[in-house]
Amino acid sequence: MSEKQPAVTQATLVKKAAPKSDYKPADVSPQRRVQRTFAVRLWSIRHSRLLEWFYGRFADVFLLLHPLWKGIGYGRVEAPVKFVEKRVKGFMFDCRMCGQCVLSSTGMSCPMNCPKQLRNGPCGGVRANGNCEVEPDMPCVWVKAWEGSRNMKHGDKILTVQKPVDQSLRETSAWLRVTAQAAAAREAAQNPQNPGASA
Amino acid sequence: MSIRHQRDENPAGVHLPLDPLPGHSSRGRLERVLRRGEFAVTTELNPPDSADPEDVYNRAKIFDGWVDAINAVDASGANCHMSSVGICALLTRMGYAPIMQIACRDKNRIAIQGDVLGGAAMGVANMLCLTGDGVQAGDQPGAKPVFDLDSMSLLETIRIMRDNGKFLSGRKLTTPPQVFLGAAVNPFAPPFDFRPIHLGKKIAAGAQFVQTQYCFDVPMFRTFMQKARDLGHTEKVFILCGVGPLASAKTAKWIRSNVPGIHIPDAVIKRLEGAQDQKKEGKQLCIDIINEVKEIPGVAGVHVMAYRQEEYVAEIVDESGVLKGRQPWKREIRRDDQIVAERLDHILHDEITETQVDMVKTAH
Repeated sequence: MSEKQPAVTQATLVKKAAPKSDYKPADVSPQRRVQRTFAVRLWSIRHSRLLEWFYGRFADVFLLLHPLWKGIGYGRVEAPVKFVEKRVKGFMFDCRMCGQCVLSSTGMSCPMNCPKQLRNGPCGGVRANGNCEVEPDMPCVWVKAWEGSRNMKHGDKILTVQKPVDQSLRETSAWLRVTAQAAAAREAAQNPQNPGASA
Repeated sequence: MSIRHQRDENPAGVHLPLDPLPGHSSRGRLERVLRRGEFAVTTELNPPDSADPEDVYNRAKIFDGWVDAINAVDASGANCHMSSVGICALLTRMGYAPIMQIACRDKNRIAIQGDVLGGAAMGVANMLCLTGDGVQAGDQPGAKPVFDLDSMSLLETIRIMRDNGKFLSGRKLTTPPQVFLGAAVNPFAPPFDFRPIHLGKKIAAGAQFVQTQYCFDVPMFRTFMQKARDLGHTEKVFILCGVGPLASAKTAKWIRSNVPGIHIPDAVIKRLEGAQDQKKEGKQLCIDIINEVKEIPGVAGVHVMAYRQEEYVAEIVDESGVLKGRQPWKREIRRDDQIVAERLDHILHDEITETQVDMVKTAH
């Protein structure tokens, strides 16, 4: 009768090496405490190609609906769209609602899940097994991002240098913002005589 | 009487910036050494846990004449120490060439841009942009991690400040900071195939030199350099390989399991365990690694990190012979100051009664 050994995780090893104490909340970061499994997030990264295709179609649909959004008013649809977006992306990618989604440039791995919220690549502290230095049981967001980006058609977007996060856009809908921007760009392209478009 | 000045020293005062040279973005010594094609040596100052400036000067003194620049670390390992800005303020006064490290962990973009201006105004010519270790690694794990910028956007921010004369917000600077921009790379952590590409991203963001994490695995570093060369990075950036002595096999094992991002192969630990004097062997190992990496094409220098073994930096640099007889800038008393000091000493302490007539005689 072979007893099944419990899996020894990196966190256990780290915990064992650390001095003994009964309760050490600092071992687990606040982010990790709210998010304990990564299964869905990792599935999304494995299927980054499919999601990239889907996201492309989805953005087109949203853009088609631009007259509707504009009719109702972007300010008014913000709340319900955000409600849906937060839940859908929260389930799929553990979205943190930074309001400036870069999933398509990061292999469908949300960089805001990195404890350092790095948006331009991994830090130097990635463990040899590819896990995070801060959260020993979590696969490094950027190791996964690199893997995900390799499956994608436009995976080389991972090479663009991202601007720092605009904190004032937190908790706003990235879908609506991108749609509004795309619509504005389309209009600008259609009316080149428009002074705003000549720039 | 003519006074002989050291190369890369402002004749008007050691604490003053050097003359601007075409193609140079800073007025510092490190950039000159690297652009001349000389093999550069940098090191790290162990920041004191005190408010005594002498602690900084004493710790810097042991590197005199052996290194081209000294890293002023910004709470490395998330442990509290004297700030890098403070260390830089002290070092630049004495003419040293500090590399001001800026970690994104503790300051937001407002504080960082202010520090960049302040540092540059004090004469800091080199700045190294880091992400910073997580707060969990340090002595105050309850601190709030900031990470407002990341190393890449920090590089870009300072590059924009320098080249476009603007803050991140677009507001104009009256005098932009003239700095030589550095970054860190770790070729020894996954994802390995992304690392050389990541270096390219850092170059695009503004990195002009990079210092690597401790190199104990030369074949791995060689592979990284091969890829970096293939991508053409080595022509755009000066790569300084991080090296350092290990005090013992026990320390090596401890570092391996407790310090994130440092890769130490088993062979290294075996070699240390087998040695009679482990400390000496650790030093020898460091010299051997320097001798191997200096031959790799594209390596522009070494960054010697000898934490708590700073006294060995000079020996390591000397015995590895990487300077090829060149002596980096050394803090020394200026000849004219020396003459004044000697003369004063003579007047005050030697029992003499000098008359004007005697003085005239010795003057002739």
